[in-house]
Amino acid sequence: MKYDVILSGVGGQGVLSVGAVVALGAMKDGLEVKQSEVHGMAQRGGAVVAHLRISDKPIASDLIGRGTASVILSMEPLESLRYLDYLADGGILITSSEPLRNIPDYPDIEVILSRIEALPRYRVVEASALAKEAGSSKTKNMVMLGAASLHLPVKPESLRDAIREIFTVKGEKIVDINLKAFNLGREK
Amino acid sequence: MSEMVLLGDEAVALGAVHAGISAAYAYPGTPSTEITEYIMAYSRRNGGRPLASWCSNEKTACEEALGASFVGKRALVSMKHVGLNVAADPFINAALLDINGGIVVAVADDPGMHSSQNEQDSRFYVDLAKVICLEPRNQQEAYEMTREAFDLSERFRIPVMVRLVTRLAHSRAVVRVGEPLEERLLHKAEDRKSWTLLPAYARRRFKVLLDKQRELHAFTEGSAHNRISLSSDFDEYGVITTGIAENYYMENIQELSYRPSHLHIGAYPIPEGKVRRLADCVKRLVILEEGYPFVEKYLRGIIPPQIQVDGKLNGRVGITGELDPDNTRGVLGLKERRGGAAVPGSLPGRPPQLCAGCPHTDTYNALRDALSGYSESIVTSDIGCYTLGALPPHNIIETCVCMGASIGMAKGAAEAGFYPVVAAIGDSTFLHSGITPLVDASVSDVNMTVIIMDNSTVAMTGGQQTVIPSEKLRKLIEGIGVDPEHIREIIPLEKNRRINTQILREEIEHRGLSVILAVRECVEIRRRK
Repeated sequence: MKYDVILSGVGGQGVLSVGAVVALGAMKDGLEVKQSEVHGMAQRGGAVVAHLRISDKPIASDLIGRGTASVILSMEPLESLRYLDYLADGGILITSSEPLRNIPDYPDIEVILSRIEALPRYRVVEASALAKEAGSSKTKNMVMLGAASLHLPVKPESLRDAIREIFTVKGEKIVDINLKAFNLGREK
Repeated sequence: MSEMVLLGDEAVALGAVHAGISAAYAYPGTPSTEITEYIMAYSRRNGGRPLASWCSNEKTACEEALGASFVGKRALVSMKHVGLNVAADPFINAALLDINGGIVVAVADDPGMHSSQNEQDSRFYVDLAKVICLEPRNQQEAYEMTREAFDLSERFRIPVMVRLVTRLAHSRAVVRVGEPLEERLLHKAEDRKSWTLLPAYARRRFKVLLDKQRELHAFTEGSAHNRISLSSDFDEYGVITTGIAENYYMENIQELSYRPSHLHIGAYPIPEGKVRRLADCVKRLVILEEGYPFVEKYLRGIIPPQIQVDGKLNGRVGITGELDPDNTRGVLGLKERRGGAAVPGSLPGRPPQLCAGCPHTDTYNALRDALSGYSESIVTSDIGCYTLGALPPHNIIETCVCMGASIGMAKGAAEAGFYPVVAAIGDSTFLHSGITPLVDASVSDVNMTVIIMDNSTVAMTGGQQTVIPSEKLRKLIEGIGVDPEHIREIIPLEKNRRINTQILREEIEHRGLSVILAVRECVEIRRRK
C-alpha cells in the first residue's frame, strides 16, 4: 500500500498542523510516513504545500512524483488547482469552498469551482460553516482533515488520538473544538 | 528503543541530546531553526539540561561551542548554510585545534532557496576545513549520524559537520531512538599549545591536520555510510548518489529493467577508493547530489578521463533548484511522468506577504511619505520579514544581500556622495551583524539614516527571542557614539503616520548619522500571548 497526499493552502491556514496530525495518526497505525513541508519566508500569507506520504513499506523520497498523488487536500480552492499535475489518474481533489483573497488578481471563484467540478473525482467542503459550528473558524483545517479522512488509509480513531496529542498543549477546550471539527468534516 | 515522529531537524536535535551534549548554540535561520527549538523544549522538560540558547550570530555560537569543547563538554552548533559564512572563521580554524569535547556543526542548506538568498553548498567548507561531514538521507540517519558525529569529533579531534538540506530538515518521519548518554564531565584540554593558533603553533597544528587526512580517508573508505553495490551484468553506466538524492534514485529505480552499479556517499571526505572501484566497471557515471556539483567536480581528479560524467556540469541534471523524483528521471533514461490533469496556466501566484497589522507596513508607509519629496533616494535593507518590502504593494527597499549589509552599504553609498540614503534593518539582524557597520558609520558621522525596525523578536523564523530586549537598544546605540539627539523613536501605527513621517524627514534632513527606532511588537507574537 502506498498513499500520497498533496496538502495545500495559504500560510496561516493550518496546512502544517493537518500534516502533523496525519503523520502521527499513521504512525499509531504502524504505518511508515513522510511529510515534507515549508517553513519561513514561504509561509507568510503565501502559497504553502506539503507532501505527505503513507505506506506499509519504507518510503524513500520525501517528495511525491508528479501524477502519482492519491489525494490533493486543500484548505483553499485556488490553491487546490496549483498542484493538479501531482494528482494521479483516479485521484481525488478535496478542497474547502471558501476563497482566501489576499492577492489583487484573485480569479472569479465560479471559474475556479468550475475547473474543480470538471475533474473526474472531487469534493468541495463548506468548511467555514462547519468550523464555526465546531466552535472556532480556526478549525477549518480539522474540518478538511475530517472530510479527507474518508479517503485516507489511517484509522479515524488514530487521527483523533493524534489531534488530542498535538493540541493538548493548547488546553482541553481547544482539543475538544478540534475533535468536533474533525467529526463534523467526517460526517457531513 | 522508542519510536517518534520527528522532523529531520528534530532528529538531529535528539541525536545531539542523546549524545550527551551539554550545550546547543545557534542563531535562528530557516531551515535549521527547529534543531535548537527542539532542544530548548527538551531542556525545559528536563530541568534545564542541556543548555540551549540563541546567540548573537553563528560566529558567536560556534565560538561558544568551542569553549565547551575546550573544557571537555560536547556541544552542538546549528545554522543555515549562509550562517556558515558568518561562522567560517571559527569553523575552519577549529579544524586546527585539538578538539576535546565533541563538537558538531549542523548546517542546513537550502537548495531551491525556499527561504534564503542563495543555495551555496556547505560541503565546500568541509573540504576547505579538511574535516569529516556526514550527510543523512533520512530522519533516522539524521538521528544516528548526529550521535556518531560526536564520537568521530572526539576520535579524530576535529569538528564534524552534519549537512542537512531543506527537504530533510523540514520533513517528518518515524525515528527509532536509542539510549541517551550522560553529559561529559568537565575536563579541560591539557595542551594549551594545541588551542593557541600562534603562527609557530599553528604550523605544527596544520601539519597534524594534514597528517590526519589519511585516517579520515580510511574512515570514510570503510564507513557503512558509503555503500557500494556492483552489478555483474550491466556496465553502460554506474550511479553515484549523495544524501537525500539517493531517495529520488530509489523512487525511480523500480522502472529500470537493469540494476546499475551504485555508490552512495553519506560520509566525506569522498571515498576515493570506492569511486575508483565503481569507475572501473562502468563506461559512464551518473551523479545525483543535492546542492552544487561537489562530488562531480572532485571526480575528475580520480577517475580515468575517458569515462563520461553525466550530472549538473554537463546539464543532464539541473544545476539550480532542488532535486525531486521527477527531475532525476531524464538522466536515468526514464520518460517524464504525466499526471491526471494539467495545472491551469492562468493561475495567479500567491507570494508571501507581511501579515495584516504588521508594524513594518506602517514603517514603510511613513518612510515612503518621508522620501516623496526627493527626486531620488536609496533604501538599503536586510534579511527578515521586512525584506518583503521589495514586493508590491510596498516596493520600497532596494537591496538585500546578507545579514547587516544594509548599514554598511548605506555608509558606502553615502560616502560615495549619494543623498538621501536610508538603511532599514530589523532588531535581531541589527544585533547579529548590524552593530559593527554602525560603529563604522558613527566614527565619521556619515550622512545617512538607519531605521531599526524593532518588533522585539526574530519574526521570520517563527518568533524566537532576540538576544537582548528592545529597551536596551537605545543605550547600545548611544554607547557606540551615535548623537543621542539623533536617536529617535517612532511607534509604527497608521494613526501615527504623519508624525512618523515628520520625524523620519527631520532625520533624513539631518546632515549626519541618525538612528530611528521603529518600535512595535510583531503581531504574530502578540497574538500568541
